[in-house]
Amino acid sequence: MFKLQELKIGFFLEISIIKKIIFNVLRIFSLYLSIFYYMSRNSKSRRINAPPRFGGYKPWGCPPGTGEPVYLLYEEYEALKLADYKLMNHFEAAVLMGISRPTFARIYENARRKIALALVETREIVTINGNSYTEKVWYSCKKCHTRFTQPSSLEKKTCPLCRSESVNGILPEPLQNPQYQKNIKINK
Amino acid sequence: MKIVITSTGDQLSSKMDDRFGRAPWFCVHDTNTGENSFIANPFVDSMGGAGTKTSEMVAEIGAAKIISGHFGPKAKTVLEKFDIQLIETNELLTIEELIKKSTESL
Repeated sequence: MFKLQELKIGFFLEISIIKKIIFNVLRIFSLYLSIFYYMSRNSKSRRINAPPRFGGYKPWGCPPGTGEPVYLLYEEYEALKLADYKLMNHFEAAVLMGISRPTFARIYENARRKIALALVETREIVTINGNSYTEKVWYSCKKCHTRFTQPSSLEKKTCPLCRSESVNGILPEPLQNPQYQKNIKINK
Repeated sequence: MKIVITSTGDQLSSKMDDRFGRAPWFCVHDTNTGENSFIANPFVDSMGGAGTKTSEMVAEIGAAKIISGHFGPKAKTVLEKFDIQLIETNELLTIEELIKKSTESL
């Protein structure tokens, strides 16, 4: 009987020790496990109207810079163009690029900082493709409701079937999140 | 300049087809000579990728405009690389009317 009780006690002791060891190991490696299971999602590719019409910019009137060139991404150029050249709202610009407003703000901030870096440290600016794709804008006629694209060879924006000049620009599909769709007021 | 219209038949009185990749016939109208020619679509019953194949075929013809009801996503991505104007209409007109409309005041 004593033997049996000792065995039982020993067995329970062992289990408790094993439990403690497993618990501690899990506690130590929980960070790594969480990274493995909840890895961040791939970033959404950004829609741009067209890539920039230049390869880059070089500083002029100064001794040649020694630093590496600053790589400006296409989407950063697009963000800068929409926000500072076309004077668009950040929200409208984000919808145009198919991303959320905070993401747009981050890209825009990156672009500004890169250009400031290039100007101050007299570095070259080189444009490269980051994570973006181009999609041509479609237009719709107000009279006959035909939808059409406008290739670069054609200059006049007239309806190809009824020749009316009252033409709307259709924006690409808005964000999937219905929260954002409430505030969109773009088709002017 | 050549205009391509998707059609349901091989006659001028037949109606436009509202699909691009799976349209049975294509009408090719040459605005310089005023000729119409009908081409049968070989990819009507293909298992997949009809849009890409037909859009490559249309680009080889040398079309400047394509009139159809709807372009699929695969066809759009191929056709937007070429300098082709894509036109989508909801009205199902005959091909004669569409040719008249698109060449009235060029």
